Amino acid sequence: MLIVEINNLTVQYPDVKALDDVSFVVNQGDFLGIIGPNGAGKSTLFDSMLGLNTKYKGTIKFFGEDIRKSKNYLKEIGYVPQKPIFEKNFPVTVSDVVRMGLRNESDENKIDEILQQLWIHELRNRRIGELSGGQQQRVFIAKALVNNPKILILDEPVAGIDQQSIELFYSILRELNSKQKITIIWSSHDLDAVNQLANHVACLNRTLFFHGESKKFFSDDKLVKQYSEASMQEHMHHH
Amino acid sequence: MHRALVSGIAIAILCSVVGLFLVLRRYSLFGDAIAHSSFGGIALGLLAGVYPLWTAYGVSIVSALIITRIKDRFNISGDASIAVLLSSGIAVGLVIIGLSGGFTIDIFSFLFGSILLVSVNDTVLILLLTGAILIVILLLYRQILYSTFNEEQAKVSGIPVEQINYLIVFMAGITVVTSIQLVGVLLISALFVIPNVTAIMYGKGFKQTAIISMSFSIFSVVAGILISYIFDITPAGTIVLLSIGLLAGTMIIKSAGLLSKN
Repeated sequence: MLIVEINNLTVQYPDVKALDDVSFVVNQGDFLGIIGPNGAGKSTLFDSMLGLNTKYKGTIKFFGEDIRKSKNYLKEIGYVPQKPIFEKNFPVTVSDVVRMGLRNESDENKIDEILQQLWIHELRNRRIGELSGGQQQRVFIAKALVNNPKILILDEPVAGIDQQSIELFYSILRELNSKQKITIIWSSHDLDAVNQLANHVACLNRTLFFHGESKKFFSDDKLVKQYSEASMQEHMHHH
Repeated sequence: MHRALVSGIAIAILCSVVGLFLVLRRYSLFGDAIAHSSFGGIALGLLAGVYPLWTAYGVSIVSALIITRIKDRFNISGDASIAVLLSSGIAVGLVIIGLSGGFTIDIFSFLFGSILLVSVNDTVLILLLTGAILIVILLLYRQILYSTFNEEQAKVSGIPVEQINYLIVFMAGITVVTSIQLVGVLLISALFVIPNVTAIMYGKGFKQTAIISMSFSIFSVVAGILISYIFDITPAGTIVLLSIGLLAGTMIIKSAGLLSKN
């Protein structure tokens, strides 16, 4: 079943074309890794898909419906931002944060359930600002999952997190996709991780220069080399 | 005296709840700015011979909503928009006072509060408005908290963040003008900010923090009114000094390491 259809998506900022004629689809149960160097348009793509950026050309459909027509699709999405920004002293506990995501307020025991599933139940009464980056990450995943979404969207979710937390985080993602059949769209810098986890890859550098099964991408040395060179150039450019 | 205490407690609760959201949105001085714009409204009322708090409600709410709109539309930062609102209110007030030839005595009670003179009608109005705002906040608790915590994520969760922002500004406008009788235009932001800054150092969760803030606020107001009555000094100054005392005490306890790190 088609979950997402993106057709000819173009986003023009005043000084730069952030996305140029990008088209791809995501099927139910896909684990799509979106890779691309800094400034490749990954965040612009997500902002457009999530309704945060409405100045785009082309169409974005979720469950067959144009997102310009209805915002209902957002109910089926759990979103984990790159680095959630909040005041360090913001007086909310882990349970408070997860509760914010909860649509149906009578589902209170869902909060405990999801915290247990992500191994952070013992942190539930701690203030969010006291936790490590990896722990905060899991809290935000819990918040994203508390409404049983069909799709989980994650924007480079391991930046600044220790290795052990990253491993745990990857195993959680794998389980969500394989056991709970949640469709995952995930942008990452980490090629190895994408190779291990994702079954589909979209390679973005303002235009889409590959989209397909990850096996195909990673077995094609030429493609991988091309990607690495492009991101290396971008990297040099940034420094 | 009873009326002063009842109104004071209601205002204490109202300011601490609405103020908590403002403080967490880094909008601490917004209350102050609305209060200053209400000064223009009060002057207008005195000039026109209308009950000055009515014109203050109108002017404050309208100008707060306009400045919020301008801030969003022209991308002006929060602190700059507060400065604009603050100074334009005072400027309008001064010009009107000048035009009318001056009515300094009436203005004085609005600048510094006059809770001991609060009437039955005022008390009823204060209780009604406090009740109404608390009900709205309870009903929209999750939406208001979420959009305060992180606007972008709240938007993605389908929360109408922009409308919620205007609602908060609207409620802050009503709260400020309602509280003018207690502490006056010049000390409003103390009621919005100080109990909340203190409570944030104690509370872990949001509800706990809100309850602690309300308790501090009620304590300062009740004790302040009683002390000022007994010693015949100004209630507004006493209330604010008491809440500053609580904040200072908390900071001392905290730096002595007696309070767990938050």
